[in-house]
Amino acid sequence: MSAPAQQRIIFQHIDEPGYTNDIECYLRNGGYEVLKKSVGRKPEELIDEVKKSGLRGRGGAGFPCGVKWGLVDRKSGKPIYLIVNADESEPGTFKDRYIMHQDPHQLIEGTIISCFANNVKQAYIYIRGEMPEGARILEKAIAEARAKNFVGPNILGTGYSCEIYVHRGAGAYICGEETGLIESLEGKRANPRIKPPYFPAVLGLYQCPTIVNNVETLCQVKYICDVGGEAYAKIGTPGNTGTRIFCVSGHVQRPGYYEFPAGTITMGQLLNDVCGGPLPGRTFKAVIPGGSSAKVLKFGERYKGKRKVGADMVDYDWGVEDVPMDFDSLAMIGSMGGSGGVIVMDDTVNMVEALANINAFYSHESCGQCTPCREGSLWMKKISSRMVNGDARPQDGALLKSVADQIPGRTICAFGEACSWPTQSFTIKFKDEFDAYSEVKKTLPADRTVLV
Amino acid sequence: MNLKPETFQRIDEVITHYPVKRSATLPLLHLIQEDAGHISDEAITWIATKLELQPINVLEVVTFYPMFRRAPIGRRHIKVCRTLSCALSGGFKTCETFEKEFSTHRGEISPDGEVTVEFVECLASCGTAPVVLIDETLHTKVDATKAKQLSDQIKAEAAARK
Ligand SMILES: Cc1cc2nc3c(=O)[nH]c(=O)nc-3n(C[C@H](O)[C@H](O)[C@H](O)COP(=O)(O)O)c2cc1C
Ligand code: SF4
Ligand code: FES
Repeated sequence: MSAPAQQRIIFQHIDEPGYTNDIECYLRNGGYEVLKKSVGRKPEELIDEVKKSGLRGRGGAGFPCGVKWGLVDRKSGKPIYLIVNADESEPGTFKDRYIMHQDPHQLIEGTIISCFANNVKQAYIYIRGEMPEGARILEKAIAEARAKNFVGPNILGTGYSCEIYVHRGAGAYICGEETGLIESLEGKRANPRIKPPYFPAVLGLYQCPTIVNNVETLCQVKYICDVGGEAYAKIGTPGNTGTRIFCVSGHVQRPGYYEFPAGTITMGQLLNDVCGGPLPGRTFKAVIPGGSSAKVLKFGERYKGKRKVGADMVDYDWGVEDVPMDFDSLAMIGSMGGSGGVIVMDDTVNMVEALANINAFYSHESCGQCTPCREGSLWMKKISSRMVNGDARPQDGALLKSVADQIPGRTICAFGEACSWPTQSFTIKFKDEFDAYSEVKKTLPADRTVLV
Repeated sequence: MNLKPETFQRIDEVITHYPVKRSATLPLLHLIQEDAGHISDEAITWIATKLELQPINVLEVVTFYPMFRRAPIGRRHIKVCRTLSCALSGGFKTCETFEKEFSTHRGEISPDGEVTVEFVECLASCGTAPVVLIDETLHTKVDATKAKQLSDQIKAEAAARK
């Protein structure tokens, strides 16, 4: 069965010849028409459309966007803020970069519509520090939109005013976590806050109600306000509506980004038909389906259980290649859809080395507030790098796993989970490679790809 | 503080973006680092005064965020992505090529003062791995051959300046 056709909604104009990021081009392609339409409606209607659409956030957790908006405290009398999470720092994820670089007005239009729907007067785009060009492009785009009265005071003569500012981070991954992001935007270290009580919807930026949404999520909102929530909900599958953008990297013939109706494509179709399969002479060994913190899947393993199809419960028995690429299916087999970053590893990869690379990332990025995360992530890194440096012991796999097991559920933010899932899954699924690494290392080809 | 007039102007403008002055800490640090090359003690106290904070409030931010530096670097900044997708595609060889071309080690200023080569974490362009950020420009699919070409280009630009 070959792959279904791509359905490019958010990436409709990405890489289109002649399409530029200036406002004239955007307007020629129907830009800001949805904004004009939306500001003529009641804000509650727009929130309702988003609720009906079933849109789930594209930043990683997949939380329903309409529900999140519904939680905002609108009675506090304090201003409501909206923050665009453009931190995009989960390894393997690179979709938001292309939206901001090539189609910034799509994001600005989605942001202003979302601000209008939620009575937000001031919004910030928190962009990664490592994207100076993206920040400049967004600033230029906001200035263009302001000149046309799509942003700023009295938008399109409606009496509604809203400002958008770009705020640059400075190289810390934890700024992607929404409460860490808020601390950072307040001019402090990006130390995540304890939830409760600091749910952004109630006590966010400056202790005011705050909405934090991913770049892609807000672009989807713009589309929803165009076609209507019901029509949107027909794209994809129930519970996983709309399109998903997959960012594929690593060992495939055609890495890149691909947009499909959610749940309509399987991992096998994505990797083989869309991405051209493994590199010549190679076979797939493992894949991380939703950014580097998602649990790894091993080719050859099988996942069995029951799932709901319509009103019925049916048995499923899947190999990696059979799994539909949606939030629920990936969660059912013990991993996650996360931010859509699919990292592929072929048979040349040694899994101890791959984990050592990942552990180096997470130990570097822990904010350091919680002892289990700070010490645990560093300990896991030390064990795995000691192993690849020639001092592996047979019990190291078990030791790694026991350290990882102590972290989740004992930390302020979900980074604790994020840093332990790779170690937990690698050491279980590739147990023999970890147990025998001291022997394996002697036979590893000298010219293999260096990962640490 | 010895900064360009337009830097002072942008500093005053950026503070107006926030209802609470402290929020301007990161933008001010970026602006000053872009102008002065790094963040000096003087800059820290200056920002603190400007934003009505204590110097420690600024210093703790500087030490938390990897992009802020306390000391000068080479004229050009070469940041090579170290994270998994880039490593799978040969990022370590890319980094070694730059180090060899400029006779330097990661994190150090090359002997001619021209570059600082550094490993950084995922640059959010994993589909075009390995990737390298040179100053503010992203370069994609930088294998060892392309790293050599980029090095030659940097050397040529350095020679042209002399
Ligand atoms: C450690 C960590 C890192 C995160 N990084 C990002 C990120 O880079 N970009 C992003 O949009 N969300 C990131 N998130 C998720 C955000 O906390 C938040 O859920 C999201 O921005 C909400 O937007 P959405 O509902 O539109 O998905 C991260 C979460 C955690 C725990
Ligand atoms: S879990 Fe880690 S990153 Fe999150 S608050 Fe604790 S120490 Fe910081
Ligand atoms: S892993 Fe290098 S850019 Fe993401």
